[in-house]
Amino acid sequence: MSLPTSQKPVQTIPEATILFAGDSGDGMQLTGSQFTLATALARNDLATLPDFPAEIRAPAGTTYGVSGFQLRFGSEHVRTPGDEVDLLVAMNPAALKVHLPRVRPEGAIIVNADAFTKRDLELAGYDHNPLENGSLASYRVFEVPLTTMTREALKDSGLNQKEIDRSKNMFALGLALWLYSRPMQPALDWIEQKFGKKPEIRDANIHLLKKGYHFGETTEDFVVRYEVRPARLQPGTYRAIRGAQALAFGLVAASQKSGLPIFYGSYPITPASDILHELSRLKTFGVMTFQAEDEIAAVGAALGASFGGALGVTATSGPGIALKGETLGLAVMTELPLVVINMQRGGPSTGLPTKTEQSDLLQALYGRNGEAPMPVIAASTPGDCFDAAFEACRIALTYMTPVILLADGYLGTGAEPWRIPRTADLPDIPVSFVTKPNHTANGTARFLPYVRDEQTLARPWARPGTPGLEHRLGGLEKQHETGNVSYDPANHEYMTRLRAEKVERVARDLPPTPLFGDPAGDLLVIGWGSTRGSIEAAVQRARERGLKVSSLHLRYLNPLPPDLPEIFARFDRLLVPEINNGQLVRVLRERYLLPFIPLNKIQGLPFRAAEIEQAILDLLA
Amino acid sequence: MADSPKGKKPTLPPGMQPGKKPTLPPQPAGKRKPGSPPGVAAGTTRPVLPPDTGGDGASAHLTRKDFASDQDVRWCPGCGDYAILATVQRLLPELGVPRENIVFISGIGCSSRFPYYMETYGMHSIHGRAPAIATGLKASRPELDVWIITGDGDALSIGGNHLIHILRRNLNVQILLFNNQIYGLTKGQYSPTSEQGKITKSTPYGSIDYPFNPISLALGAHGTFVARTMDRDPKHMKEILRQAHDHPGTGFVEIYQNCNIFNDGAFFPFTEKDTKPERALFIEHNRPLTFANGTRGLRLDGWRLQVIDLQGGDWSIDDCLVYDETSRELSGLIGRMFWEPDLPQPFGVFYREERRTYEDLLHTQIEGLIEKRGRGDLDALLHQGDTWVIED
Ligand code: SF4
Repeated sequence: MSLPTSQKPVQTIPEATILFAGDSGDGMQLTGSQFTLATALARNDLATLPDFPAEIRAPAGTTYGVSGFQLRFGSEHVRTPGDEVDLLVAMNPAALKVHLPRVRPEGAIIVNADAFTKRDLELAGYDHNPLENGSLASYRVFEVPLTTMTREALKDSGLNQKEIDRSKNMFALGLALWLYSRPMQPALDWIEQKFGKKPEIRDANIHLLKKGYHFGETTEDFVVRYEVRPARLQPGTYRAIRGAQALAFGLVAASQKSGLPIFYGSYPITPASDILHELSRLKTFGVMTFQAEDEIAAVGAALGASFGGALGVTATSGPGIALKGETLGLAVMTELPLVVINMQRGGPSTGLPTKTEQSDLLQALYGRNGEAPMPVIAASTPGDCFDAAFEACRIALTYMTPVILLADGYLGTGAEPWRIPRTADLPDIPVSFVTKPNHTANGTARFLPYVRDEQTLARPWARPGTPGLEHRLGGLEKQHETGNVSYDPANHEYMTRLRAEKVERVARDLPPTPLFGDPAGDLLVIGWGSTRGSIEAAVQRARERGLKVSSLHLRYLNPLPPDLPEIFARFDRLLVPEINNGQLVRVLRERYLLPFIPLNKIQGLPFRAAEIEQAILDLLA
Repeated sequence: MADSPKGKKPTLPPGMQPGKKPTLPPQPAGKRKPGSPPGVAAGTTRPVLPPDTGGDGASAHLTRKDFASDQDVRWCPGCGDYAILATVQRLLPELGVPRENIVFISGIGCSSRFPYYMETYGMHSIHGRAPAIATGLKASRPELDVWIITGDGDALSIGGNHLIHILRRNLNVQILLFNNQIYGLTKGQYSPTSEQGKITKSTPYGSIDYPFNPISLALGAHGTFVARTMDRDPKHMKEILRQAHDHPGTGFVEIYQNCNIFNDGAFFPFTEKDTKPERALFIEHNRPLTFANGTRGLRLDGWRLQVIDLQGGDWSIDDCLVYDETSRELSGLIGRMFWEPDLPQPFGVFYREERRTYEDLLHTQIEGLIEKRGRGDLDALLHQGDTWVIED
């Protein structure tokens, strides 16, 4: 079937935010990611926000079971998945009910009109049919009989009713692609690849996708279609990348640049499991993945591998970090490199497993027994996860220390276009294993495992298997230099200070902290982690209003960059937005004794740029 | 620290008065040389074998002394741990493994001090986690000879989960479980192997916990080599440890170990001269099960074990059950003979099975994929899927 060339007028818009929502069985994540791919290939900048229920199969048709995928794309730099939705595609009443508050006034809503039966409405908790009672008057509502048309289109497909009904998301995808003048080819390629071996399903999906596209062109409901021109991105080769993928790739890059194999120990936990899935496919890079019996074994095995000279890595979420705490202390004491990724989620306890939060910062900084400092860094966008993972490995290997990398569910599942780095441009991470004794006493050569490098204070790394360097590590306090067990009071104080000083030394090779906006002004917004997009979008808008606002986003949370005091001094006021109850703000206040102003949101959702913009306006009014 | 070369000491935050610094060994003369290049060539991720150690033949002539570290052994005088340490130090030179390839990993407890006394690589880790740490080490460095030292509290209580999983995965390591049926390091609480009714500091009115039988547990966890020995029979212990080491898989050995401070004599019925012949049964593959200096044996009466008198004329050695360490059924049956008043306590190898090791499967899979698809190319990986180019 060939597609008619469009007869309808095309309106060019700078950006759009759309949200696909339906039951968790409706395939909304898939629809969203296929639309994302088409959008990336249309060279728009974009940001996505998948939002799915914690239950794998929540009762169908209820608001608990609603799964959504939000995507914002534009011809300018897109920093966030969008505050307000221009188009909501709602596959059932529950999806409409959950997501209607996000739709902007005059926004468009495409509903599956077939799904508004009495029972569906009841399940969603609607007393009256919103399509009939005028409650949607301020929106442009398009009632499309998706189920009927899907059944009609596939009546000769040979598929059963269930299979047919499951395919209706393809119709919706086709329609959305038409509406925003996106190419259909990426979705067609994907269907071919996915269902190539099941021709009936493949053909049905292709047929439906095209039907949906065609429907947009022929129905009289839609009088215009939209176009979003390509964004002016930095030259280079791009791909769409999710945070979890970028983390895995960053680790593999660090493995190659250090010459060490990765040993990845992990226990399944949302939302960190995606990293395990990614890495377990990368065996040809020599990556060893180990699905452990529990969180403690996952980090223990990674540390054991580090002892053996591998790059030990583990990832988890807050509850898992709590379980790993004792082993992190052992890593501090044994001074072995270890990378620990925390994909933060809403807490405490099991909390909100599929929702995002930045509430594990204090846990990362302080959540271990004893004086157990370790470097802590954070990733700020899905693509930035690559650099953050690489940097975490560099610090761990350079300073012989465990490093915590904070990401979150929003980063892990979110996607953005990513300029692919040339691997030849990535710096080497030099690693030297000791091969000879480093000390002579009474004419005998000995290896002292806690003699330190003058610059980094790192201790030497001697791999088991190296003759003459046999030594014992352990969790008991170490005597300076010899590494022997020591209960000496003065030694304990000395070693405690040494370990702290070693972590502080990381600050010595940090790059200058970049500022977004001018180097001085009335207000500096300070953030870390996944709030970057919202903060910069808000600062951008405030600056367009003529306000003297800049922002600074912290990659390094411990140690903090040495140039901060001097930057803070150039601004009158300091605002710290966080998706938690105020954690970085405490650290900054304690450290710099300045009146940092907190801005907190604790809803399991990212900031909307407008929320931060409002806080800026309130402060500078 | 007067002899320290200037500038060698790390600059420390204020508060450290020079006079109060701990006595430290002299600093090495001159600048610390950077280590030689990593053992893995840049750009590859394949673990390489350790440097060849055979060159000077040093490892061929090691003696017991070569395995003793310079640390003072700090167990209580009379503790059964001494005998185990001595046995291991005697055994290692006979195994022909280069010393630098040997690693002892322990958890927490009296037994777990063991690595400090061994002049090998080692790690005294945290409570219960030695199998997890050893798993990462052995999986990533299969050529190392990894020994896990643990105790009844360490392995069966706080570390129970790791123990069962290392057994089912079958990493080629040795696990030496020093069972003294008590918490020694924390000064005498009952342990998961203590008998019911035991009076300890934490059970003044008697323990109500039912004890584990470590042998049954290891068998239930699909251990591929499961054995028991005792501190007071170094010959038997050495032989069992040798076999555990030679076994290509997890060699699990429970060692009855006397804690003369908090649980003295717990195993004396099995270990002391007067009662040992009557109460201890030494099982051997393909040999009839007899004890009491050959005067008594074990036979099967249906599915029940029966002690038979080999001198009364009713029964002969031919009636005795012949042990088969490859039989799951028999190992289950004999392994469950546990503190029975009418039956002796079995020692020896209960079960042995050849099953591919975890590390072998791990690296075979990786190498197989590399052979099939070629070594991973990072640039290709990053460009996988749909890409697009933005021109200048
Ligand atoms: S407390 Fe018991 S087990 Fe521990 S060292 Fe003393 S005698 Fe040995």
